[in-house]
Amino acid sequence: MTSIPLRLGGLSWRIRPRGVVVTTAGLALLALLMALSMRMGDIELTVAQVLAATFDPADPAHFVIMELRLPRALTGALVGAALALSGAIIQSIARNPLASPEILGVTNGASVLVVAGVVASGSAYGGTSGLLTSLGVPALALLGGLIGAVIVYGLAWRRGLDGYRLVLVGIGVAAVFTNVKFWLLTVGDVNDTGRAMVWISGSLHGRGWEHVQPVAVALAVLVPLALTGTRSLNALRFGDDTVTALGLRMNRARAAMILAAVLLAAVATASAGPIAFVALAAPQIALRLTRSAQPPLLSSAAVGAVLITAADLLARTLFAPVELPVGVVTAVLGAPYLIHLIWRARK
Amino acid sequence: MRLQAAAVKLGYGDRTIVDGLDLGIEAGTVTTIIGPNGCGKSTLLRALGRLLKPQGGEVLLDGKRIDRIPTREVAKVLGVLPQAPTAPEGLTVADLVARGRHPHQTWYRQWSTDDESAVAEALTMTGLADLAERPLDELSGGQRQRAWISMALAQGTDLLLLDEPTTFLDLAHQVEVLELVRRLHHASGRTIVMVLHDLNLAARYADRLVAMRGGRVIAAGEPHEVLTEELLREVFELDAKVIPDPVAGTPLVVPIGTHRQSS
Repeated sequence: MTSIPLRLGGLSWRIRPRGVVVTTAGLALLALLMALSMRMGDIELTVAQVLAATFDPADPAHFVIMELRLPRALTGALVGAALALSGAIIQSIARNPLASPEILGVTNGASVLVVAGVVASGSAYGGTSGLLTSLGVPALALLGGLIGAVIVYGLAWRRGLDGYRLVLVGIGVAAVFTNVKFWLLTVGDVNDTGRAMVWISGSLHGRGWEHVQPVAVALAVLVPLALTGTRSLNALRFGDDTVTALGLRMNRARAAMILAAVLLAAVATASAGPIAFVALAAPQIALRLTRSAQPPLLSSAAVGAVLITAADLLARTLFAPVELPVGVVTAVLGAPYLIHLIWRARK
Repeated sequence: MRLQAAAVKLGYGDRTIVDGLDLGIEAGTVTTIIGPNGCGKSTLLRALGRLLKPQGGEVLLDGKRIDRIPTREVAKVLGVLPQAPTAPEGLTVADLVARGRHPHQTWYRQWSTDDESAVAEALTMTGLADLAERPLDELSGGQRQRAWISMALAQGTDLLLLDEPTTFLDLAHQVEVLELVRRLHHASGRTIVMVLHDLNLAARYADRLVAMRGGRVIAAGEPHEVLTEELLREVFELDAKVIPDPVAGTPLVVPIGTHRQSS
């Protein structure tokens, strides 16, 4: 039994028990990791101390929990969910398990603009506490991500959108963006490029409530939209003629889902930089855990949140007091997984 | 007239394949389109199923322009099985057939009792109920084709367009699929239009044959009116004898060519 019907009057759904189990287990694991994140760090706290500090503003650890660890952990979890959801949508539309928001030009577009902004503004960047860091970098990332997506989409459009062509164009544009990014890093001042490098490897360092909010809002709007689009996604995995025969306005449905994926990835990247591999790996892990035919959206989001929260916990504690950017951890863990996927695909 | 092409001009990009073609499909008939490779028969079928937008002329479904009817409404009365369709990897037969319910569903009504019974009925009619939980890639060619037809059946349309439903199948499986088509027609009076390559099977299973060449309809009518020695020469450039099929009495095409006795 892979699914059970759920019916209420005229309403009806198909519930896949495996999907429910995987999502619930993912959320439980996420809660556990978040609790660990509250406890661990420069100052080790017990569970009792964490609870006391959370609710008592006078507690010396209150600031550590409420202003440092909690917003950072929440940003990580939300960014992970957004990236995974974005990846799940793109993999379904491209009909390719190796597709991810990088293919859509979002991450690389964001990187180019952020690096350009940091390098060009130089001393005006104003250190880590400057206005440009808290507002300018996310704004540049968002803008760059959207521009990147428009370029890829525009080049891939030929009287319709073909998943295969989208992937090829995306790889080409990504190569161009990557080289522009490296050129900018070469010509920039060494102090500026150092700051830019931390951002482009994807970091949750110093993330506050102002980083939590945009991703939370984006997810609150886009998750329900993506879920109502699940049926279109399922249908879009078939050949184009079958999709049209089933009564779906193919290009419109595809464009709507791609827009949702682009916004999710762009907002996530604006908050935490281009964290590697999560958008690629989370949907594939969720797919295998739930044994479904296509990446399940909610389970993917749960897996993505768990991945980043776990990776950031490692990034903070593994070589403490030296902190790694979370993107480095996900890349180190993700690269072997990517090779594994390609190796499986070859078989 | 259920479905009608009126002076349609069809093609891909700058290449025109069909120019100014008229064809009407009567309700409750099985029509088979035949013709040599590249004659435009699949192109015509795709246009009839609104998978291809005509460059000129119009396609009418129940007298209304098909491109003016919301595509979802079209999908409730008209099912199309494209040529060599592809499915996502790992999909089970039941999942594939369930997908046929798409036009009847909304985000809040995704698996009604109607959906469930339509899928069960489609699986039973195609003899696939026992294979429902098997992945599609594990089935034989004939079973897989039946699964796709089953999906089109679950869509619950009384008009079905099938583009070369027997391609890549051996003779036994071709007969199996066409017997199913015939049963569907008898059981519920469905209107069926298909493209077939095998002339003898086309003659056997169709009420009406449409012979095309170079984007034009050369002849249309009952199999014995259309499949004549003159027409085979004109449409297929084939010298052949046409004799009555010893089983069904429908026309049977026997190509002349060279053969062992005479060589």
